[in-house]
Amino acid sequence: MYSFDYVKPGSIDEAVAALQAEDAQALGGGQTLIPTLRQRLAQPSVLVDLGGCLDAGVASQDGGCRIGGGATHASVAASADAPKWLRAVADGIGDPQVRNRGTIGGSLANNDPASDYPAAVLGSGAEISTNARTIAADDYFQGMFETALNEGEIITGVTFPKLEAANYQKFDQPASRFALVGVFVGKGAGGVRVAVTGASESGVHRWADAEAALAGNFSTDAVPGAPSADGVISDLHGSAEYRAHLVAVLTRRAVAAAG
Amino acid sequence: MPSISMTVNGKSVSGEVEGRTLLVQFLREDLGLTGTHVGCDTSQCGACVVHVNGESVKACTMLAASADGAEVATIEGMANADGSLGVIQQAFQDHHGLQCGFCTPGMVMSAADLLQKNKNPSEGEIREWLEGNICRCTGYHNIVKAIQAAAAAGA
Repeated sequence: MYSFDYVKPGSIDEAVAALQAEDAQALGGGQTLIPTLRQRLAQPSVLVDLGGCLDAGVASQDGGCRIGGGATHASVAASADAPKWLRAVADGIGDPQVRNRGTIGGSLANNDPASDYPAAVLGSGAEISTNARTIAADDYFQGMFETALNEGEIITGVTFPKLEAANYQKFDQPASRFALVGVFVGKGAGGVRVAVTGASESGVHRWADAEAALAGNFSTDAVPGAPSADGVISDLHGSAEYRAHLVAVLTRRAVAAAG
Repeated sequence: MPSISMTVNGKSVSGEVEGRTLLVQFLREDLGLTGTHVGCDTSQCGACVVHVNGESVKACTMLAASADGAEVATIEGMANADGSLGVIQQAFQDHHGLQCGFCTPGMVMSAADLLQKNKNPSEGEIREWLEGNICRCTGYHNIVKAIQAAAAAGA
């Protein structure tokens, strides 16, 4: 690792101020950032540890729930205040030790194109709160590792709505435990949403054809055939055609499991 | 340089570290607790698993400064007060849950976290829990048997 300064502010305001320094970088649970630093792929001047100021709680709210930006995956997975479908998403991330450190805020700020939480946030129509504003999921994800966050903006919490039926299906990439492809299907007051992670070169996205078909008939039979493989990730773990095929398969499984 | 203090295996310790010092470096190089191993260096293998405030974490993927004020437990704290092996360690020996032993400190610490959350895990639950601990010798069967035996012995 390159050398950097380290600060652990006691309040969000102090953290925001610390992040104004040139090349400052926020640190959540560090489960992506620390390996990145170790490979010398990033060279921050100062690391601002958010562990001393972020809310890490999970609270039920209007049939859905509100999760603090510092909540670990393990605490979401274990919380009776989070809906079952969300607990299952959290419980499938990484391995137990990663889940004990990794946070929802960190996962969403990083927006890895194959991570799990972005699919659940986009597929449920959740809202992301920051120190400055609230951002709808549809506006938040802007491509691979790209988000609507401004420089130095901190995710303070995520609000998930009540859903009538929801499920996330993940096809594990067995070495990394990221999703080779993952599909979240959610049915709620806003209709049916289908969000896909791991497949697109533009990161997490909604599958409009499936949403339209499922809106009138929420059954596995209604799920369309595989989407086009154009713009789908192709690498040594799977071709674009294979991933596109998985999108349809996992959508059917998610609909069946959502019930 | 951040100065940090924490409790390691019940003992108060403190030190000056760089911002970039990893918890595993602090444990091994500053405190001399070399039972915690560095295997892959990429957060995958789990040889470096320790407990921070009761939760198992990969000490190669946490900054020492982030553990300031925490209670840390390492493999050195798993033996009984008289120096004999703790229940989980003894079960690993009895069931031949190790060959080269490199992964064992992490396996034991990971198993200890599982058994504090789930007193009677099924074989499937044990195997799933060990997702983040890699062993290249045993094929895992005897590790799983050891953890089952430790659970039965009330670890």
